[in-house]
Amino acid sequence: MADPRPNPDVLLAEVEAEERRVRRGSLRIFFGYAAGVGKTYTMLQTARRARDEGRDVVIGYVEPHARPDTQALADDLETLPVREVPYRGVSLREFDLAAAFARRPEILLVDELAHTNAPDSVHEKRWQDVQEVLDAGIDVWTTLNVQHIESLNDVIGQITGVVVRETIPDHVFDSADELELVDITPEELLERLQAGKIYLPEQARHALERFFQRPNLAALRELSLRQAARRVHTDVESARRRAAAVEPWATADRLLVCIGPSPTTARVIRTAKRMATALDADWLAVSVDVTGAAASAPSRQRVAEHVRLAERLGAETATLAGQDVADTVVEFARSRNVTKILIGRTHRPRWRRFFLGSVVDDLIERAGSIDVSVIHGEEDPQPTTRPGVIRRPRIDTVAMLEATLAVAAAAAAAGLLRWSGLSDAEANTVMIFLAAVAWSAFRHGRLPAVMASVLAVLTFDFVFVPPTLTLAVSDVQYVFTFAVMLAIGLVISTLTARLRGQVESTRERERRTAALYELGRQLGGVSGQDFLSAAAARKVSEIFGGEVAVYLDESPAPPAVVAGRNTEVAKHPLSLPAAQWTMAHDQTAGAGTNTLPAAIAYFVPLVGSSRTLGALGVRVADMSRLADPEERRLLDACASQLALALDRDRMTIEASEARIRAEAEVVRSNLLAGVSHDLRTPLAAIAGASSSLLGEGVVDVAVRRQLIETIEAEARRLTRLLENILQMSRLDAGGAIPNLQWHVLEEVVGSALHRVGRGLAGREVAIRIPADLPLVHVDGLLLEQVFVNLLENAARHTPVGTHVTVSAAVDGRYLRIAVTDDGPGLPAGTEERVFDRFFQAGSAADAGRGTGLGLAICRAIIEAHRGSITAARRPGGGAEFVIRLPLADDTPRIVVE
Amino acid sequence: MTPLTVLVVEDQESIRRFLHASLAGAGHRVLEAGTAAAALRTARESPPDLMILDLGLPDRDGFEVLRGFRSWSRAPVIVLSARDGEADKVAALDAGADDYVTKPFGVGELLARMRTALRHRSPPADAESIVADRLRIDVAARRVSVDGSEVHLTPLEYKLLLTLARCPGRVLTHRVLLREVWGPDATQEVHYLRVFVASLRRKLEADAARPRLIITEPGVGYRFSDT
Repeated sequence: MADPRPNPDVLLAEVEAEERRVRRGSLRIFFGYAAGVGKTYTMLQTARRARDEGRDVVIGYVEPHARPDTQALADDLETLPVREVPYRGVSLREFDLAAAFARRPEILLVDELAHTNAPDSVHEKRWQDVQEVLDAGIDVWTTLNVQHIESLNDVIGQITGVVVRETIPDHVFDSADELELVDITPEELLERLQAGKIYLPEQARHALERFFQRPNLAALRELSLRQAARRVHTDVESARRRAAAVEPWATADRLLVCIGPSPTTARVIRTAKRMATALDADWLAVSVDVTGAAASAPSRQRVAEHVRLAERLGAETATLAGQDVADTVVEFARSRNVTKILIGRTHRPRWRRFFLGSVVDDLIERAGSIDVSVIHGEEDPQPTTRPGVIRRPRIDTVAMLEATLAVAAAAAAAGLLRWSGLSDAEANTVMIFLAAVAWSAFRHGRLPAVMASVLAVLTFDFVFVPPTLTLAVSDVQYVFTFAVMLAIGLVISTLTARLRGQVESTRERERRTAALYELGRQLGGVSGQDFLSAAAARKVSEIFGGEVAVYLDESPAPPAVVAGRNTEVAKHPLSLPAAQWTMAHDQTAGAGTNTLPAAIAYFVPLVGSSRTLGALGVRVADMSRLADPEERRLLDACASQLALALDRDRMTIEASEARIRAEAEVVRSNLLAGVSHDLRTPLAAIAGASSSLLGEGVVDVAVRRQLIETIEAEARRLTRLLENILQMSRLDAGGAIPNLQWHVLEEVVGSALHRVGRGLAGREVAIRIPADLPLVHVDGLLLEQVFVNLLENAARHTPVGTHVTVSAAVDGRYLRIAVTDDGPGLPAGTEERVFDRFFQAGSAADAGRGTGLGLAICRAIIEAHRGSITAARRPGGGAEFVIRLPLADDTPRIVVE
Repeated sequence: MTPLTVLVVEDQESIRRFLHASLAGAGHRVLEAGTAAAALRTARESPPDLMILDLGLPDRDGFEVLRGFRSWSRAPVIVLSARDGEADKVAALDAGADDYVTKPFGVGELLARMRTALRHRSPPADAESIVADRLRIDVAARRVSVDGSEVHLTPLEYKLLLTLARCPGRVLTHRVLLREVWGPDATQEVHYLRVFVASLRRKLEADAARPRLIITEPGVGYRFSDT
């Protein structure tokens, strides 16, 4: 059964790990079981040897309180400057990530891997700094004590009674390429302590002395040795697999741990991690959302904390949805070939277990061939969350008061009923009280309702049950009445409160769905990344009730704020780095995360289909609201809607740009085909005339002059043609975004007239432009070209002596400019075609040929100004060209006087 | 024109040949350079009275030649430029060129520009009165008349007219005019200038649409006619 060939998956995994090693720097951990075993000293000694062997070793950070001999070693090596961070009146010294990147040594020494950085640092933890250094291909040597490993944290807490807050995720420890165990016996360590060779911070001295007890040290030492041994085992395993000496690695266990809101879950998760490590097995952590049941916000938050803990410890996590927890878990476990399920046993009253059953029992019953391990639920020695994050449900005094009033009102109503003699049946009195309980439950939830039911029973007893005005009862039967009344009251309150919870969660879900729908609808209605971002920012800030800034990738330039430029978010100095980090790593950053926690906003990446497009920063008054996974999920959904919309927008733009380019290409080739004939004619004339002049044949002065004039005229024609072609192709290429300025129309027409000059010979041009005509917002050179073309056109198609008039007037919101002549006019039916390219009307004999582009250029220019140009036959004969240009609302009025 | 030494800096052989022929024909001594390096070297060796400079050179930017030459010589420089090179024209004028000629150009036009540029090398001392065509500016009395009848100008109009009229034939860029008339703060508001020029034309010209005194140089500035 054992296959001697290497399993391809294993090989692939090895290759991938190898590649990661090639790209990344290697991590070497000097590992010990307590402060004072000599980790830093050993690291520095090894570093000095490496330096003497010619390697580039630099100290990134070493704790400054080192003993003299350690300090001497440190002084011998190059040391990077540290970052001084002012914090509550003292100056903290921190490892400087930027300095490390600036120096880029081969090996960087960074002491105390588990250290927590000062609040304004890029990362919350030093190990995250180290990860970035490694990613940059720099080798890192560091030191670590065993109690800082996350999965051992609670065990060590139990042994020593000292809880360490600074931990590193197991995967960081496991990813170390080399592990160097620094070990001395506990006796020796205690001797060192006595000799004052170990530095202990003054304020922690007392606690640490309790820590430095022989049994503690022995236990810690054992744990550290075991970790190291396991590590060696793994290395050997890995080497053996690579060598293809594969033995059946049959112990393919797969663990699944159930995650719930119970505080004991954290312990169960850590146990699962240790078990998985011991068995060398994969492990999964799942939580179940029971459909139809509404979990409270704090409990959702605890579940999310636990999921994150499992992730940190290296589990694959999943959130399942199902009617029944046990069924859902078992089904999932089967689908993933899980061999062992771990679940915590929680304290529940036996009667509840009896009536309602327990998940543990169901699970054991249905698991079939899968082993189920029940972990004893003990209070976790270490708080799984930081204080203040989880808020206990507060007792709402207003709700309590209202519930009390409801009972009082019920009492009054019942009293009235009795006193009026309408009914004195006790059943009715009880009903009225129950109504008050039901009302309280529906209105205020469970706790006020429970109080109301107790109050109702007491009031009933006190006021209505003889002997009245005492709590004493004359008839034992009433005890039964009280019991049933209380039971019904409690059931009503539970059911109603649950119903209310469901209604609330449905309403909440509806609100979210509606918000997302609304966002999607708004994003569907706009285009352009600025408008999309602004619409999303507006909607997200509406949903979350805070400030939103959208950063978009502008690489290679730093990301730019495209929406919410005036928010506090955009102004905060840490926002840009947080946004940048979010984009680079596709992960959330900023307030409430491990990266740049000092930022004031929470940043989520905008992940597009091919790359990360930007980041969305959100700041709400109560940032802990964003710790709620439901809220985060909503924010994620909003972010992905925006990313989707931006993606779509970009693709649309790219597609239309490609289309425009293709069209421009077609136009250009058409243009070239069209002009090649027109280019050849003047060239032939010039070549012919000049060769005649060079030849001996032409001696007559008049003929020679004629030939020279031909050359001159044809050259001018060629120039004009070339200019037209250039202009046309520029307009086609979309490069003629007009250089809009405020112009005096009279001046534009004047310089056109000046340019045409003698070309008009014999045609009288009248200019009728009122002096008070508003300024026009145009590209002066392009508009001048329009008049040049129109005037030349008139000259070409009219006989000498024709009157040409240029007139202008305001016509509503347009400026109407007309160029008219009293010549022969346009041939019927060509009013529209004259603007086509290479359209040539039958020309007057003496005018010579045009280029067929002049009027097409006019139209292109006027349309680029959002205006229109039309041609018409004048009723009294002659042609009329009418230009309409839109007038701007903000036309400046300049008074000369 | 008295015979001059003219340096033609142009990389196109054919244009150089045609310029050489025309200028030599007008009695000038012509030096030629096809590259920026050769231009600066030749100019050093035999300082010209006038330079004709094409901005598009194979080895270096023509502006470098202009700036290099201007650093030690005040001799006029006329730039050859393309029709759509308004930005280049303005930049060249700002960098110390005296005038420009748009390609393609005729020899007559070039010689006229050369004459104007040379005249400016010896600017007349602040004349008491300037006369052009039908216009007469009495500088001392701040009076302007057309065909003998006095024309009322606003102070800014007068300042603008005087600024232009003191440099006849020479192109003054929008920037220069705005700075001279409105002060250094108004350099972006070109349309102020246009409105004032239009107003001046209506007061001074026979036909404001066919100006003979204040000529528009599209996209560059204005030129006061010297003919």
